[in-house]
Amino acid sequence: MPRNLSRTDVVIVGMGAAGGVAALPLTNAGLKVVGLEAGGWLSPRDFAPDELRNGARNWPQSVQKAASEAPTLRATTADQAVQGGHPMMNAVGGTSMHYWAQSWRLNPWDFQVVTATRERYGANRIPAGSTIEDWPFTYTELEPYYDKVEYAVGISGQAGNVQGNMNPAGNIFEGARSREYPMRPLRASPFTDLMGTAARNLGWNPFQGPAAITSELYDGRPPCQYHGFCNRGGCHVQAKGSTAFTVIPKAADTGNLEVVTFARVINIVTDNDGKVTGVDYIRGNETFFQPADAVLLASYAYENVRLLQLSKSRAFPNGLSNNAGQLGRHYMSHHQGSPVLALFDRDLHNWYGLPAQGVAIDEWADDNFDHADLDFIGGANLWVHTDRKPMGAAKMNTFGAVSSWGSDWKAFIMKNADRSNMSYIQKTTLPYEDNYLDLDPVVKDPLGFPVTRITARYRDNEKRIAAFSQDKMEQWYLEAGAIKVSKFGPGNAMGASTHAYGGTRMGLNSDTNVVNEWGFSHEAPNLGILGGSVMGNSGSRNPTLTVQALAWRTAEYLASNWRSVVG
Amino acid sequence: MADNNNNDKTQSEQQATDQPSNPSRRNLLKGVGFVGAAALSTAATSNLIAADSPPGTGPAADSIVAREALEVLTALEAETLEAICDCLIPSDDNGPGAREARAVHYIDRSLASHNSEARHNYMIGLSAVNDYARQTGGMAFHQLGRDQQNATLRAVQNNNLDGFAPSSGGFFNMVRSHTIDGTFCDPYYGGNRDFVGWDMIRYPGIRLGASESDVAQGADLAPNHQSAYDHSTYTKMAQNMLGTPESRRKGGSDHA
Repeated sequence: MPRNLSRTDVVIVGMGAAGGVAALPLTNAGLKVVGLEAGGWLSPRDFAPDELRNGARNWPQSVQKAASEAPTLRATTADQAVQGGHPMMNAVGGTSMHYWAQSWRLNPWDFQVVTATRERYGANRIPAGSTIEDWPFTYTELEPYYDKVEYAVGISGQAGNVQGNMNPAGNIFEGARSREYPMRPLRASPFTDLMGTAARNLGWNPFQGPAAITSELYDGRPPCQYHGFCNRGGCHVQAKGSTAFTVIPKAADTGNLEVVTFARVINIVTDNDGKVTGVDYIRGNETFFQPADAVLLASYAYENVRLLQLSKSRAFPNGLSNNAGQLGRHYMSHHQGSPVLALFDRDLHNWYGLPAQGVAIDEWADDNFDHADLDFIGGANLWVHTDRKPMGAAKMNTFGAVSSWGSDWKAFIMKNADRSNMSYIQKTTLPYEDNYLDLDPVVKDPLGFPVTRITARYRDNEKRIAAFSQDKMEQWYLEAGAIKVSKFGPGNAMGASTHAYGGTRMGLNSDTNVVNEWGFSHEAPNLGILGGSVMGNSGSRNPTLTVQALAWRTAEYLASNWRSVVG
Repeated sequence: MADNNNNDKTQSEQQATDQPSNPSRRNLLKGVGFVGAAALSTAATSNLIAADSPPGTGPAADSIVAREALEVLTALEAETLEAICDCLIPSDDNGPGAREARAVHYIDRSLASHNSEARHNYMIGLSAVNDYARQTGGMAFHQLGRDQQNATLRAVQNNNLDGFAPSSGGFFNMVRSHTIDGTFCDPYYGGNRDFVGWDMIRYPGIRLGASESDVAQGADLAPNHQSAYDHSTYTKMAQNMLGTPESRRKGGSDHA
């Protein structure tokens, strides 16, 4: 039997990008919060500028709980599911410890894809088999929460639309924001200047994208030092706005937050009325029951769905909040593959850059261009960035110029190690009827619980965006003086991703969605769900800021409507 | 169920004692940083990112080589692999290559740590390379002339040979990748000796901060020849918390 702990107001399962943010409004409201985290505390000393450690040694993911329960993957039910790696890590702060920290708001179109598409192009343009719905609210509803997170976490960037006042130095396609970013954008570099100039020559509107990275002293944290190990590395000066260095310490300051590390939650407990009563977790070799009036599930898309599927009870025989059969449905991995690779005839000076120091083009994203004569909806944000480290540089593509070894190859990399660049193109990705997450019938974690099985693939809409956006990207590189350009294939199976969406989708219709417009279960009213798993489509940019804005909104709703939520 | 919990326990309990479960901001910052974030001003940052050891290449080469063990590879395997690495990234008119970087030393050690799963494939693959060399050239791979060695490797790369795990092409790609790792990794891991790999591609070196002017100089920025672990904050005993510069330097470089 689990050891019973004393009751708390709220348990948050997972103290990462979403759970860490949710802790702040709850503890500020005076609620007692227990944050259960599968990993431990890390410090800036743990993030050495060491490419081998971060890459081949896969530190710190290699020792994590997540790695032991990586999902299996198959494109269709006809394929054999194979276990891959897990893209996320466990720690206080979660993967926000080492993410790229690009911190976008979704564009208004992403919230209203069905309605906006029908109005502009007629009824027949939603791709066949897609289960997409409008979000239960518009961009305007989420705007105040984007704003709160931007200031609490510390986002650097250039606004393009402040209360309708447009500034072409920023993204002119973004929704209106109530005020400027709290910090100016990260600095430019010779490469971002080169690409920015080329984009303007094409008549496009380049801008420096937003990042949860300090560009100046902010809230006691020093500015980014541009040392070049941001990608797959945490920050040695706390310039990266991981929740472990921003909102979690603030929540701890209230005295209302208890963080329990190395706690592996194995079950969300419900009573016969379908209300959540707390969670069971293992720490060391002991099992505990933590009673709570409300539970916020904030692990990750895969783990959120899996824990609910494993939490069976009399009220929920098919898994918690799954009486409508929607748990695991509407799953997506963001289409961010199919890059374009370019070779230049001059050094790009990218040794000391970072993924968030780059130039964005939004002309070909979302519905920012006319699709009347195209065979897809949505689009892609084009992004080029500075970031290069020596092992990766030496493994560069040789564009067919030489073989992959020997003296000719050596001469090639000596000349070209700092002359290539790979784009990052994030595409509108939609949910489809037979893309889903369930429990693998064979593969289990070391505790004996089945891991998640992903059955999902991209469809024509994503592949057509990929081809279209690659052409735009090629045009941009050539304008900037690239001497060779190479395109990668369109992708098929949706692999386990750092941008995973769906599985506990948010919507008004309880027959097709797991959580309501506030992020609480349609079936278990005091269970809130945080993370990309509530999002019904991806947008064409990184999800974390949206996940955090939604988390803040759900937590604030719980604090403001405590009696009605917990009953 | 729960067969991994006993292993977890010691570690989690130890780490748990390092951290208050309900940390105040002050304690929390003490726990997460060698310098509390609140205390970090821009001035403190420039202090922080200044290298805390002068550029240098460590002890004399001879004293290291004399005391070095083969940790995983047999003597013949190491000789075979040395010859392969020399073909892949040759020492030539353009300067030193994988041999001078000591890529084989790196690979040997990596097979006892993060590449341990590849150990079997190396055993099988290096043996198959020598079998083929003897069949076609009458001697072990490392004894062949360079042209014959290159021809052998092309056959391995093109997946033409039997006796490899999982395939001869797969073996080639693995060895190529590890040879690059060993030539361009942080010198802490036993390769990239004297920074020959980083100099080869004009990587100006590990810095804890890069100014706009550093970036503008590109490859003209003078290489600083520093390992990540020349910066004491990443070593076992952080100099600015514990110990003396002398004790720190002992723990700081290649432990071979």
